[in-house]
Amino acid sequence: MNKINDTVKIEIRGLHFYYSGIAHALKDISFSMYKNKVTALIGPSGCGKTTFLRCLNRMHDLYPRNRYEGEIWMDGDNILEHGTDLIGLRSKIGMVFQKPTPFPMSIFENIAFGLKLMGIRKKTELAQRVEKALKHAALWDETEDRLRKSALSLSGGQQQRLCIARAIAVEPEVILMDEPCSALDPIATGKIEDLIAELTKKYTVIIVTHNMQQAARVSEHTGFFMMGELVEFDKTQKIFTSPSNKMTEDYITGRFG
Amino acid sequence: MTWEHTRTRKLKNYAALTLCSFAAFVGLFWLVFILWDVFVHGIGGLHISLFINDPAPPGIEGGGLRNAFVGQLIITFFATLIGVPIGILGATFLAEYARGKKIARLISMLSDIMVSVPSIVVGAFVYAIIVKPFGHFSGWAGAVALAIIMIPVVLRTTEDMLSLVPWTLREAAFALGAPYYKVIIQVVYRGAATGIITGILLSISRVVGETAPLLFTSFSNSFFSVNMNEPVSSLTVTIFQYAMGPYDSWHSQAWAASLMITLFVLVLTILGRLILKWKENKG
Repeated sequence: MNKINDTVKIEIRGLHFYYSGIAHALKDISFSMYKNKVTALIGPSGCGKTTFLRCLNRMHDLYPRNRYEGEIWMDGDNILEHGTDLIGLRSKIGMVFQKPTPFPMSIFENIAFGLKLMGIRKKTELAQRVEKALKHAALWDETEDRLRKSALSLSGGQQQRLCIARAIAVEPEVILMDEPCSALDPIATGKIEDLIAELTKKYTVIIVTHNMQQAARVSEHTGFFMMGELVEFDKTQKIFTSPSNKMTEDYITGRFG
Repeated sequence: MTWEHTRTRKLKNYAALTLCSFAAFVGLFWLVFILWDVFVHGIGGLHISLFINDPAPPGIEGGGLRNAFVGQLIITFFATLIGVPIGILGATFLAEYARGKKIARLISMLSDIMVSVPSIVVGAFVYAIIVKPFGHFSGWAGAVALAIIMIPVVLRTTEDMLSLVPWTLREAAFALGAPYYKVIIQVVYRGAATGIITGILLSISRVVGETAPLLFTSFSNSFFSVNMNEPVSSLTVTIFQYAMGPYDSWHSQAWAASLMITLFVLVLTILGRLILKWKENKG
């Protein structure tokens, strides 16, 4: 794990996570994610990669008796510390889910939702920011003339891009993506992958994916998870060409998983 | 598979089909019979004077039930105003804040029991806590009695509708840094809106036909009154009194009033269904 000289955005130190206080889902995870880079997390189903992703915006706090141990450092703060402002944290870390999650309101309101949470009230500014976000997510041309229509009227791929637009509208620092393309066809997937590359100009992206070609295509760094442990973390090129761990090699060559 | 087997199986099938069809027919027969009877008897009494005149003394032509129509509307309106917010907020507590906790299951169970409590018991209860202390019947007491009947209906349907909103939707809102109350008001309520509205309509149609709780509370008033501190006339109590009365004109007005209530409930129910259907088509 050398040769990595980029700026660290998030550093994980000895992270353990327990569901309902008992199920040990993450075991002693330590690594760093880098600023303005895409970090891909791969591994078989149930290996803990989504669980890990949801630690980063403390999503697990929504459910009772979940427990974290260890440290997650972001910009000099340990976000697992007691008394962390979760609302502030989550407004700095956007998230895109596996299935599109458009709110039951218009396309415009979907994006304005987060902006209003930030305290933006002025109509002109809202309109400006909504347009900017939609353009950034390559959705403007398709939605320009139907902003007041229900977001549920969009296709699956458009809905997912809307969710990305919604996440970037509030200009977070980090964007978490939990298998954002698993419900999409190859064309929509291609659009979103292009978008991810574009996003790194401004954001740090962490993406969980089942699709190893996708990890290879979009990411600079890759972490391989297995049974709740981080088996290997390195530059993506290294992971896919000469992994140092036998398990990683078996997984990426399709011998299991 | 022998021929014998096939034959007994077919016989059983026919027997079951016949029994089911017969049961369905019996049920439908009475439903149509009742509706038809109400329609035939009620249509004759329907006259514009029914809606614009107050009751006339027996024997004098041209009396109407304006007081009862207006009274019914006012009582139902205030019952909705009291019952719906309590039902929705209670459901929000159960489905959101107390989700999965013992207290939520207990309250859900209790309100299921409340739904099937005989409405006359609610009437007697309100009589004891409002009518007796104040010393007189009042429209408010009637509204409270109907509200008590509405609350569990609104509560349970709303709770079910809120639980149907996928968790991923709430998570998506939380992930944007929204506080819980904004998640509920702006995302969850909107996702469940059509279901909640349907529940409200159904709860209104549930109480609009209630007589027993009003008999003990708002009682009746032969004069036009919109003062909720006084006894207020209602259609159901009027039907009860007129149907028992000795005059033919009373009977015909009671039928007409029954028809109007039936139509009102029918319209509410259809409206509820249409809203749900509209939602299905849209989503």
